[in-house]
Amino acid sequence: MNRRALLFAVLLVIAAAVPALGSTYDTRFATQIAIYGMAALSVDLLLGYGGLITFGQAALFGVGAYAAGMLTAAGITDALIVWPAAVLIAMAFALVIGALALRTSGFQFIMVTLAFAQMVYYGGQSLRSYGGDNGFTVARNTLAGAAVLGNHVVFYYVVLALLVAVTVLAGRVVNSEFGLVLRGGRDNERRLAAIGFPPYRYKLVAFTIAGGIAGLAGALMANHASFVSPALMSWQMSGELLAMVILGSAGTLIGPVFGAAIYLVFAQMLSDYTEHWMLFFGPLLVLRVLLVKDGLWGSLVRLANAGEAPAPPLDWGPEAAE
Amino acid sequence: MSFPLFLEQLFNGIQLGMMLFLMAVGVTLVFGVMRIINLAHGSMFMLGGYFLVAGLAVTGSTLPGLVLALALSVAVAVVLEIVVLRPLYARGALDQVLATFGLTLFFNELVVVIWGREPLSLDIPDFLDGRVELLPGLSYPVYRLAITGVAIAAGALLYLLINRTRIGALIRAGSEKREIVAALGVNIGLLYTLVFALGAALAALAGMMTGPLLSIESGNGDPILILTLVVIVIGGLGSVRGALVGGLLVGIFDTFSRVLLPQLLGLSTGSGLTSMAVYILMAAILVYSRTGLFAANRG
Repeated sequence: MNRRALLFAVLLVIAAAVPALGSTYDTRFATQIAIYGMAALSVDLLLGYGGLITFGQAALFGVGAYAAGMLTAAGITDALIVWPAAVLIAMAFALVIGALALRTSGFQFIMVTLAFAQMVYYGGQSLRSYGGDNGFTVARNTLAGAAVLGNHVVFYYVVLALLVAVTVLAGRVVNSEFGLVLRGGRDNERRLAAIGFPPYRYKLVAFTIAGGIAGLAGALMANHASFVSPALMSWQMSGELLAMVILGSAGTLIGPVFGAAIYLVFAQMLSDYTEHWMLFFGPLLVLRVLLVKDGLWGSLVRLANAGEAPAPPLDWGPEAAE
Repeated sequence: MSFPLFLEQLFNGIQLGMMLFLMAVGVTLVFGVMRIINLAHGSMFMLGGYFLVAGLAVTGSTLPGLVLALALSVAVAVVLEIVVLRPLYARGALDQVLATFGLTLFFNELVVVIWGREPLSLDIPDFLDGRVELLPGLSYPVYRLAITGVAIAAGALLYLLINRTRIGALIRAGSEKREIVAALGVNIGLLYTLVFALGAALAALAGMMTGPLLSIESGNGDPILILTLVVIVIGGLGSVRGALVGGLLVGIFDTFSRVLLPQLLGLSTGSGLTSMAVYILMAAILVYSRTGLFAANRG
């Protein structure tokens, strides 16, 4: 655990040094990684701890982005109001979607989350005064009245600080009694219900919290790209967020941030090489699923812990349910 | 809404419903027998359209082109089943959806590399062109009637296959207890390949038949796949009857909401809003039943 914390600290120092060592482009790229990392973390909260395979998290990511963009367009421009509002609106959407989707489980849950996300996607398309399918440009938010978020370095540190805060917060959630119950439901729902914890409520709270985190990431994305469109809510985006979690290691919270980094760096490298990079990325994702057991963070932790007693194997999700 | 208009929309709804049934029956059969959710099913719909364009270009006439396109679709499905799907049967749901999602990304890009990013169009075959007067005041496109008929025929053949043949008995047995079927000396691997190819062929057929109605472009199977999943959630996973009822329900509901909702809500609402209607139907059915209308016995 100590070495894990040390690893975390070292990586945080590296992340903090990006603006000093890299170009503006690098800083913007690192910002993008941190934002997608936050969205992927919200997926991991459900997947790694609740055993809930959501294929619709992009909808909540997009709702956060649209909420931020629409509030800003309406003249409410300060981040201290817009971002919390985006979080609350995303949580409200998550509460409704979760209340319905969590009535199902397993394969149906995947299909229902995918379907509701598509519904939200069509909802975004129908907003004609906000560009419909093409989306709309968004002015950057001010921070406590000061127009500082246009500065790439300032914005990067704000995003990084929020990512650390969200990671710590999510860490506290999963290690609390609530998190214990959530993991209990992941491993054996029936037993959990038998000792007096209705799994549905706990899963719904987790789904809503994860929706809020995705919404915050969306609001940050609206600022980062200065642009919001339904593409943020597409089913490909939901799939990509899941892929990031798996690339980084599910059930670790910080792993998915790495997954986001791997995914985006990889996508960048491949797209430099060919415009048809998906032609290679798709099969690589298939191979990753078929051949590799653990994500990057899991492998790193195992490396750091080499020589110590091995951690119990991560036993989560659908395999456990089979 | 006048009666002829009502009938016309009803026929359109049934036609969409039967196409969704052809898609859903593949997903539900593959799930029933192999316990896998195949997100690449939308790719088979898309490939069907592209293969038909290629088949027509090679053979120059409709029927041979159709046969060639179906053969290509089945060949792709067999390769996919053996190379990618087979290792996934023992895996969890997450690995299955991610790997088949990866396949979708691959196929969406592959068709761009081969056929380009511009949408292709298919012409309605000459002998099915034109309209037929069904009732005074109601003339209906022959082509739409024809593809609805083909879909109904395919559904009927499927019914006979599942309920009246030895292969059908094995499919039914496999969806109950596949280990026992394998233990009885049935080549379960071959059965899996067969079921997968059958589902893929039906999806490709749906893609071919809707080709002249929609444009053929990269990713055009994705929204159809998601609508298919809605059909399955409504009808019940693993149930062929559910796929039929769910397909017709979604098809008719979607068609009428596209006609009626803009009238009810005023014309300013975008097409996106009417696209949302079927998802509200799904939500309502989820409140009524967690497992859909015809949940298959999953014991």
